[in-house]
Amino acid sequence: MSAEAGVNGVTGPGAAVGPVLRVEGVRKAYGEHVVLDGIDLDVDAHRCVVLIGASGSGKSTLLRTIDLLDDVDDGAIWLEGEEITDPRKDADALRARMGMVFQAFNLFPHMRVLDNVTLASRLVHKVARPEAEERALAMLERVGLAGRASAFPDQLSGGQQQRVAIARALVGAPRLLLLDEVTSALDPELVGEVLDLLIELKADGMTMLVATHEMGFARRVADEVCFLHEGRVHERGAPDQVLGDPAQQRTRDFLRRLA
Amino acid sequence: MSTWTPSPRQLEREAFRRRRAVRSTALAAVSTLLVVAVAVAVLVSSPGWPRVRQSFFDWDVAVDSLPKVAEGLWLNLRVMAVAAVVIVVVALALAIARTLRGPVFFPLRAAATAYVDTFRGLPLILVLLLVGFGLPGLRLPGVPRDAVVLGGLALVLTYSAYVAEVFRAGIESIHPSQVAAARSLGLSRGQAMRHVVLPQAVRRVVPPLLNDLVALQKDSGLISILGAIDAVRAAQIQTSAYANFTPYVVAGVLFVALTIPLTRFTDALARRSGWMGAMGAVPGGVGGLR
Ligand SMILES: Nc1ncnc2c1ncn2[C@@H]1O[C@H](COP(=O)(O)OP(=O)(O)O)[C@@H](O)[C@H]1O
Ligand SMILES: [Mg+2]
Repeated sequence: MSAEAGVNGVTGPGAAVGPVLRVEGVRKAYGEHVVLDGIDLDVDAHRCVVLIGASGSGKSTLLRTIDLLDDVDDGAIWLEGEEITDPRKDADALRARMGMVFQAFNLFPHMRVLDNVTLASRLVHKVARPEAEERALAMLERVGLAGRASAFPDQLSGGQQQRVAIARALVGAPRLLLLDEVTSALDPELVGEVLDLLIELKADGMTMLVATHEMGFARRVADEVCFLHEGRVHERGAPDQVLGDPAQQRTRDFLRRLA
Repeated sequence: MSTWTPSPRQLEREAFRRRRAVRSTALAAVSTLLVVAVAVAVLVSSPGWPRVRQSFFDWDVAVDSLPKVAEGLWLNLRVMAVAAVVIVVVALALAIARTLRGPVFFPLRAAATAYVDTFRGLPLILVLLLVGFGLPGLRLPGVPRDAVVLGGLALVLTYSAYVAEVFRAGIESIHPSQVAAARSLGLSRGQAMRHVVLPQAVRRVVPPLLNDLVALQKDSGLISILGAIDAVRAAQIQTSAYANFTPYVVAGVLFVALTIPLTRFTDALARRSGWMGAMGAVPGGVGGLR
């Protein structure tokens, strides 16, 4: 693991051969309710995999288990060839190698924008404050918000808050970015600014796993689309195929309801 | 800048609001005066009033006893200040102990829970008597015998249990998504608590904490039962010396005078929304709506 991936937070040429993320047979139930029933998934370096599926189909649960915010009931997850579902591994250090952006932004309301972005650098990556702030400002510049560094989150629009959250997730130079319906809580006219940023990140080579209902975004950016249904990947393939000419009836039904 | 002049409609609206404000202020003044007048009239015309005035409201006794009572109050203030600091520290530790998860922490969690249950249930006066007379009775070396120290200890024991619950409520009011965001960045459980949960929780509970501080201020008068010469005890001594109850009234007035600024400060802080960030404070409160 190298911390020299640069202030733009984009992974350099991956050292490990094989996928950045591998999910194999992941199972997760809440009580009787089986949410993930054997999920298999690979995300290769610099690729973007999009998860689609009805509300409650388990997209958030899958992303949370990958980020080790929830334990799997069975199956295994690898990050750059290292099994992260091994309970002997230091979960904090593993989480620090992934970035996650949430639907509701989850910025820290008691901290200024700059402190939101520097927090992990200072506490987790042990970077001295001046350097952490320099990196954070560069990252805020990248998301177009360097001018709002001293604002509190509630003084920003939803789109701006989400861009801060993305900057916060990127500043630790993650190998993988997990995005959970990051535009669902935004007013329609603010969705574009966030999606444009994600398109740029993809162009810069970031590896991403994205849960979204934005089919336009999926068509444009995704290398692969996975349709989640009843705890499984019900259909997967290139975006044009899955979104344009789905093989499965369920997928067709889901897409029709969205349109 | 645009050159806006209020429309006649808006001017009329404002004039109406001004008239109504004047009218309600006048009404409030008249009704307040009336209530006070009636209360005074009932008091003064009661059959025992001349006796009561003599034994509770003697101006000369009040002036003479004031220095001693004020001196006692200074002790109350010092006890309160020291106790408040210790209480906050102990209570935070208890609250955090109660939120720890996992079997490793079971003993700590159970001990904190038992402590809070015990001292929240025990009447303060019992704790004072048990600590004040029981602890020295053990004749253990190093156990203080000073009534002020023992009284302060009793206050700390009882209040830290209450304040711990206030902190715990604050901690639990922080949405789990805040912890998820912190942990997703790689922060440990402790770092998330220290940098994300606690700062928000503490800000949220400051108004109820100040309320407890007001209560502590007046309960500090209870250490007098252990013999500490605080304001209450000083008033008691003066009362016997003058064979007149006025010193009690003096002490009462001083306690109230002390708590009022703190209470107003609490109110003001609760209203100030900027201080809380966006954390649930309603700018104008509910009173702002028509
Ligand atoms: N912590 C939890 N406890 C119980 N049930 C949960 C929990 N989290 C999610 N679920 C359930 O798991 C299912 C999948 O939820 P989720 O992963 O949020 O779906 P999606 O993100 O695709 O809308 C839902 O039925 C939800 O009610
Ligand atoms: Mg979801």
